[in-house]
Amino acid sequence: MARATGGAAAELARRIAASVPDPELPMLTLADLGILRDVTVEGAQVIVSLTPTYSGCPALAEMRSDVAVRLAAAGLGDVEIRTVLSPPWTTERISAAGRSKLAAAGIAPPAASRPAAAGPIPLTLTTAPARGVACPACGSADTERTAAFSATACKDLFRCRACAEPFEHMKEA
Amino acid sequence: MNFDTAYEAITEETGTSPRWAYGTGFTDPLAGVDTSVPDGVDGADLAAYCLMLGDDALIMSHRLQEWLARAPELEEETALANIALDLLGQARLLLSRAGTADGTGRTEDDYAFGRAEREFRSVRLAEVTDADFAGLVARLLVFSTWRLALLDRLRAAADPVLAAVAALGVREVTYHRDYAAQWVIRLGDGTDYSRARMEAGLTAVAPLVPELFDATQTETRLAEAGVAVDPGALRDSFDSVVAAVLAAAGLVWPAAVPGLARVAGRAGRDGVHTEAMGYLLAELQSVARAMPGASW
Repeated sequence: MARATGGAAAELARRIAASVPDPELPMLTLADLGILRDVTVEGAQVIVSLTPTYSGCPALAEMRSDVAVRLAAAGLGDVEIRTVLSPPWTTERISAAGRSKLAAAGIAPPAASRPAAAGPIPLTLTTAPARGVACPACGSADTERTAAFSATACKDLFRCRACAEPFEHMKEA
Repeated sequence: MNFDTAYEAITEETGTSPRWAYGTGFTDPLAGVDTSVPDGVDGADLAAYCLMLGDDALIMSHRLQEWLARAPELEEETALANIALDLLGQARLLLSRAGTADGTGRTEDDYAFGRAEREFRSVRLAEVTDADFAGLVARLLVFSTWRLALLDRLRAAADPVLAAVAALGVREVTYHRDYAAQWVIRLGDGTDYSRARMEAGLTAVAPLVPELFDATQTETRLAEAGVAVDPGALRDSFDSVVAAVLAAAGLVWPAAVPGLARVAGRAGRDGVHTEAMGYLLAELQSVARAMPGASW
């Protein structure tokens, strides 16, 4: 194996895989979302590791396919795509750039960190609207949650009480 | 891909790019995952167990999907669709794990579309129809409370694939349980009419509860090996969560409702189902049975 070639190939493969857009949030790349775990080159083979977000996310198969097609188009045809299930993906893996792009697209990004889990899984009995998510349109924190689920499983629905704009928010997961 | 028009996006020529539907070559959800069976774990037992948990999710998901275009509000429609999608995703992973664990290489489609009713291992709770939205909410509370307690413990399973699937599922079913609990409270603590419908929903679901905590021999063997959860051990956790929800709703669990009878000692985990299951499978499997191996 030629070392320089391998390193250059790895760098190219990493750049291509990182730039593949998410099928459901095309303003973000797989790297922005933290779905891309790793890119390595072993001999002539490129190994890309991806991680699913939700069990039912239909996008993972498309991402696998998109990564393979783009690498092949760059002359890196010998590709193995591995799925990494553990540790599970969390919204903490979304990069700062990814959070900015979400907000720019009108989707309030998830909080940067989640409360540490300890003891039994908390049961939330209240339907009181969640608060404290900044409106991506006007920046006001005077917002309220209107529905716990939205067009995709990873987002819930909010309304801004300052500018009256409804918006989606990516749930902390 | 064209992101402006959903129809164009899903119908445009994509070569080998997979789409998520029967016959479109959608790939194995465990593609690229190390699916070797750990030493000391019985592959046939592990596969049987994955079918139990996978069938619970598949059948419950199908019943939830029947609510689409029938839910009382758009918000509830998207919520039920998302819950159904989460469960369908869990089913795909678990059925795929079954095919890799027993060495037969059967796919999720083989299991979902190619088995007869007696081969499905889901609990009968998953298959019954709902009289109304309150009935669905009661059933979803029971199902998600039980499944969450199970998946929570399964995160420590000796099979790393099963443990990882459980870890993903815990996050999802936590939302499902909250959703159901909040509706039980709204309906129970609402008007006399909503309360009566909620009580009727609880009464309808109560007979299906005892079966959830009965262990099959497979589960007992696997639990001893650290691969599965003994369902009997979930009862206390289940009871305390349901009690907390009912207390907040001003409701009580229906007293003295006998469990749905087993048939010659057998129930859903043994492939013995209620009449509703045949109709459900007839719809679920209709395309695959009419056009085996179809691609489009």
